[in-house]
Amino acid sequence: MSTRKSPALLIVVPLVLLASALFAQAPKLGKPISAADLSDWDINILPDGTGLPPGGGTPVDGARVYAAKCAVCHGPEGKGGANARLVGGEPIKNFESEKTIANFWPYSTTLFDYIRRAMPYRQPRSLTNEEVYALTAYILSLNKLIGEHDTMNAQTLPKVRMPNRDGFIVRFPDKTP
Amino acid sequence: MTPRDQAKRELESLTPVAGNGLLHRRAFLRGGAMLAGAMSAYRLVPSASAQKLADDPWSLAPGAAVPDYGVRSRFEKNVVRTLSNPKAEPRTQHARTPHHLLNGTFTPNSLHFVISHAGDPDIDPEKHRLVIHGLVKQPLVFTLDTLARYPMVSRMAFVECGGNSAPMFSNEPIQASIQALHGLVSCSEWTGVPLSTLLDEAGIDPKGKWIVAEGGDAPHLSRSVPLTKALDDAMIALYQNGERVMPGNGYPMRLLLPGWEGNMNIKWVRRIQVTDQPGMTFYEARTYAPILPNGKAYRFYFIQEVKSFITHPSPGLALSGPGFYEISGIAYSGNGRISKVMVSADGGRSWAQAALQAPVHSKAFTRFRLPWRWDGGPALLQSRAWDEAGNMQPSRSELVAARGQTTKVPAVTAFTSQHYNAIQSWSIERGGEVRNVYA
Repeated sequence: MSTRKSPALLIVVPLVLLASALFAQAPKLGKPISAADLSDWDINILPDGTGLPPGGGTPVDGARVYAAKCAVCHGPEGKGGANARLVGGEPIKNFESEKTIANFWPYSTTLFDYIRRAMPYRQPRSLTNEEVYALTAYILSLNKLIGEHDTMNAQTLPKVRMPNRDGFIVRFPDKTP
Repeated sequence: MTPRDQAKRELESLTPVAGNGLLHRRAFLRGGAMLAGAMSAYRLVPSASAQKLADDPWSLAPGAAVPDYGVRSRFEKNVVRTLSNPKAEPRTQHARTPHHLLNGTFTPNSLHFVISHAGDPDIDPEKHRLVIHGLVKQPLVFTLDTLARYPMVSRMAFVECGGNSAPMFSNEPIQASIQALHGLVSCSEWTGVPLSTLLDEAGIDPKGKWIVAEGGDAPHLSRSVPLTKALDDAMIALYQNGERVMPGNGYPMRLLLPGWEGNMNIKWVRRIQVTDQPGMTFYEARTYAPILPNGKAYRFYFIQEVKSFITHPSPGLALSGPGFYEISGIAYSGNGRISKVMVSADGGRSWAQAALQAPVHSKAFTRFRLPWRWDGGPALLQSRAWDEAGNMQPSRSELVAARGQTTKVPAVTAFTSQHYNAIQSWSIERGGEVRNVYA
């Protein structure tokens, strides 16, 4: 048995060396980029608040921005129009239930992240961070998830607990870190 | 007796291997070309009767100039995607693949399904950048030119919208073409740079567990992907079926996650951040979180599970009279290769094993085929697929028991839920019409 194994080992060893030699040939052409140079693109907000910028906003500030830039699609006071309503929502019963911010969204940080990256629909990335905080505060306040005078900022926003936070089951736990 | 008649007689003498006229998967191979000649073709219009042959005008004069970029015959102009929002109103656009008018295992680029949440961006490839940053030793930026110098890989892979086949959640079967029912899945050969190469170059911090990938489109669409998948078979795809990725599919580069939910395969990808937690982005926290009958919702339904459907015949592609047909369809699984497809013509009472077109690629369309002799009477066609991981396509009743169905018939374009992969049943009516039924 052992005499048969040694020639096989002799073949395996050079193959391993060859594979690692090929791996080392990756051209490594990526150019280093500084945090300052990628800051305009660095817009992910994570659920624990990582990524939230300085600044803040209140529901009162948000109501002004909303009327000017959002109501045309989402209706007055978030009641819905050509596009989804942003306020209210019956408790989720089954998949015919309408998913709303109040009855479904598990994390408040998703509001800031999504408004800043995707809204308004025709002019994404046109809002200042202050305006995004204010709109986030306004929508949370309309849904009575925060007080009407509460300020949303990097410290307060991640602490807003959404009602459906625990309404989820991870589909493939073995594939999910 | 003509050779054609002889072939026909030979076919008729074959003993069916399952009910309602299903023949052995190699029946046509035994008879060779003559038997194939006896087959009825699938037709959208009745065929002309035989007549004396003569030269047609195109045979009597030189043809047109060869174009620099080929276009299909003008007679094929009806082979198109169906569009949900052709005027690009401020909402999502869907373009669905006409599976009943295609064959083989990959989808032509111009007919690949597209979902664009705010239109297709017109990206100048020289100005496009891909950034890798976050929990890495050295944040890096790549241009298309630099990526073109990396060792590349090619692979077949289907991409399927998590909401494909959503009309099948309807409590009553919706009568619509297979394009409307299952048109949000397509398959291509993708060529590009393994994402692992680029992540290794940036140097992953041991705290990194996820990547959050983002597109350069107007919504800056973003999704979180476990780092294990990113290092396994993920690719920054630059080519689709040999040419640059189409604008609707992410030009000049997209993230390809073979077998995983379409929306996660970020198109126009411009940024990948390595993180220690998922982003809980809009599309994963809200949209692609299907609600269950108990009111809870699934999160991170990454995998497009084993599935098949018969494309020939199917609604939109009627039979043109009793006789021989090839039943064929596509099967695929996000868990690997298709290992077996069984076909029934009697609503699941008896089954015959279909032939699988070789080579069978992992996480790609596999064409299955089975000869069939339709006697002109009612028939109920079904296909059921298995994958190499041992997963079996569920029946509709099994899927609905776990996932629910509607209480009233929704619009055919509605996405009531997602990740529908149950057995599809087609009813063959006496006139050859094909209907979507639940069996």
